[in-house]
Amino acid sequence: MHVHFLDPFRPGVSLVHRMDPRIKLVLTLAFIVLTALVPPGIWPVYIILLAIIVSVEILSELGIDYVMKRSLLALPFMLAAFPIIFTAPGPEFASFSIASWTISVSMTGLERFISIALKSWISVQAAIVLAASTPFPDLLLAMRAIRLPRLIVAILGLMWRYLFVLADEVLRMNRARAARSGHPDRPQGRTGGSVVWRARVTGGMAGSLFLRAFERSDRIYNAMISRGYDGEVRALPLSGLVTTDWLVLILGLIFLAAILVLSLLL
Amino acid sequence: MHHSIEVEKLSYAYPDGQVALQEVSLTIQPCEKVALVGPNGAGKSTLILHLNGILKGDGEVCVAGLEVTENNLGRVRARVGLVFQSPDDQLFSPTVYDDVAFGPIYQGLTENEVNARVEEALATVDMSDYARRVSHHLSVGEKKRIAIATVLSMQPEVLVLDEPTAGLDPRARRSLINLLNDLPLTMLVSTHDMHLVRELLPRMVIMDEGRIVADGSTVELLDDEEMLFAHGLEKP
Amino acid sequence: MYAPAPLHIPDGFLSILLSGVLWIVSFALVAYALKRVNKELDERKLPVMGVLAAAIFAGQMLNFTVIGGTSGHLMGAAIATILLGPWAAIIVMTSVVAIQALIFQDGGLLVLGANIFNMAIIGVAVSYFVYTTVQKLTGKRPWGIFVGGFLAAWFSILIAALATALELAISGTSPANIAVPAMGGIHALIGIGEGLITMGALGLLYATRPDILQVGEKRSMGGAVFWLAGLLIVVALAIASPFASANPDGLEWVAEKNGFISLAQGPVFEVIPDYLLPGLSSQALATILASIIGALLVFGVLLVVTYSRRKTAAQSIHQADALKKEQ
Repeated sequence: MHVHFLDPFRPGVSLVHRMDPRIKLVLTLAFIVLTALVPPGIWPVYIILLAIIVSVEILSELGIDYVMKRSLLALPFMLAAFPIIFTAPGPEFASFSIASWTISVSMTGLERFISIALKSWISVQAAIVLAASTPFPDLLLAMRAIRLPRLIVAILGLMWRYLFVLADEVLRMNRARAARSGHPDRPQGRTGGSVVWRARVTGGMAGSLFLRAFERSDRIYNAMISRGYDGEVRALPLSGLVTTDWLVLILGLIFLAAILVLSLLL
Repeated sequence: MHHSIEVEKLSYAYPDGQVALQEVSLTIQPCEKVALVGPNGAGKSTLILHLNGILKGDGEVCVAGLEVTENNLGRVRARVGLVFQSPDDQLFSPTVYDDVAFGPIYQGLTENEVNARVEEALATVDMSDYARRVSHHLSVGEKKRIAIATVLSMQPEVLVLDEPTAGLDPRARRSLINLLNDLPLTMLVSTHDMHLVRELLPRMVIMDEGRIVADGSTVELLDDEEMLFAHGLEKP
Repeated sequence: MYAPAPLHIPDGFLSILLSGVLWIVSFALVAYALKRVNKELDERKLPVMGVLAAAIFAGQMLNFTVIGGTSGHLMGAAIATILLGPWAAIIVMTSVVAIQALIFQDGGLLVLGANIFNMAIIGVAVSYFVYTTVQKLTGKRPWGIFVGGFLAAWFSILIAALATALELAISGTSPANIAVPAMGGIHALIGIGEGLITMGALGLLYATRPDILQVGEKRSMGGAVFWLAGLLIVVALAIASPFASANPDGLEWVAEKNGFISLAQGPVFEVIPDYLLPGLSSQALATILASIIGALLVFGVLLVVTYSRRKTAAQSIHQADALKKEQ
């Protein structure tokens, strides 16, 4: 039983899949930065940004529904920004009264809220495309290329490798617990134990997870030193970028910068 | 090029005092294929961990002509390839290629040499197409073969395997046995799989309670049912 | 089953300035933590930290029902600190938060600096401060481990939540007088869950491998600095939060000044006049134009992709036919 659904990568042969992961990472980050820099309320630019990301999604042949479904993950956090509709100072849009309170919706607040929602949604789609079109080992390469410390990249690699193994273990523990969480036909009182008890049981599961993780790390360590590991993180040098890669990168960045300038003019 | 293992009066006790090995002596000649059998807790895994210096006990351990001491560990580990029981613990890199390349990279080889080693190792275990694959998605049988490749890429003189056929279905097991049969290396295989022993390993060493209780030809020892039974083994 | 936790801020919610500042701060602190880890830990550090990071990530999938449909989860900063010490814990939590953002879009990429700051740095510093303080107060008594663990976990969640709320307020995304009490209140409850799970985990580890619980034993220069940092953070946020709640206008003023670039009320440069066509404002015109361009772009790409797919499909049918003819 594998927790494959945790891995967002969807294999494919689209242009986006085949693009050098380093270029992809830089362009994705630049796109997200651009999205964040656009002032609130500049709807034309948001529309263009949305069009761009949707086009990339189509190009990547990942399936719009797949990306859209995952992009809804950011939705719950919208609640945090919701109050701004009412509290931001600015010209009034509408107001209504409930009992003795008058609640007014401000124009600025509404504008800000929608802008935040759009920005967030567009950014998350970019991140999804990156993760879904790039195998994780390639993302590690990209991280090395942008000079992330080698130890951290190595830890991320190990972590990702064993994520699924340990998530499997958690799945099995959850199932085992569920299998023993039964009720008698005619319960004498409240079933399920107290909340505190349930939390402690979960704590025990967490503890055993960490314990086994520690012991596994011992075995991995043995395997590593058996193959010569000496504490230093070593890897093969990265290959250089092809001219087309550079071209794509530079053109992409110029294009995004142009949109930024446009957004500041409107 | 020695291709041999020499263990002389090796004793070892765990930090908590539990005695694991008592004056174990063992000599394995170049290109011999030897089985290490015995009940759980006999000390088989402990003995194996001494062969590349992960554990250090009293007595002498000489592998591929090198004495296993603090200073020699790097060179020792290049000459004796240890394949652990659980492939999940041994495949710790993002891709198969990375795992098989790990050993050669640490040996300081150039990029071309590393590539060549990886290709050769994967070809030997018949997994050439798997270089870009992610270890997590492979089957147990595939993982076990790759685990062997991760060690072969270092071009060791001696191969030591801990329970290579455990958890394999008959087909995967058969293909692994064929693979081991074709490898021209000195081999020490710790196993419970008595059929594997009879088929592949002409010499058998029986361990029990930290000691070697028998060491001889597999064919002869397998006939001594009384002794087999006394040490928790069954005739296949 | 895997649902985003309430502390991971998505992109677009924090002002650029704040995001940038927190990125720089987090980067510097993580770099320093890396140096300490390299110096203080042996070669085992890589496998231990990698697998522990995976364990914390997986551990966040563990849950228990609180009431009806709501469930309690684990963030893990306290457990990481107690098991690995503060510096390694920072690296581990940073890895967890980073992977969550990069691969699972749990938290944005631009605001990753802020998320790392809240969960990896504040979470760990506060845990360390609380845990070591409790240890000192209770001497070597075993129950000190459990009480310390519970409090460390609870505080780490609460303080991280307060920091998040303040960041949202400073960015003008949430009004402080709602965000701070709301996030503070919710996480005071969630923190209890974290505390109980942490306590349970420590219980099991204490019974089986007490040698793993090493924090509090080692006293290094870094430890003292950490303790102080944790104390300062707790005090600062404890003071700032009620102050912020009571004076939302003050914070709004800060937000306006701070987020001036992104919250500009009007265009930065007056290049395009307000009305290019009579009756139709430039804004509206631009919006219409943008929609047309956008639609053309999407449609165009769709055409190209569909066309190339049909071509490859036709080619393979062609090849299949050719093969058939050969046979």
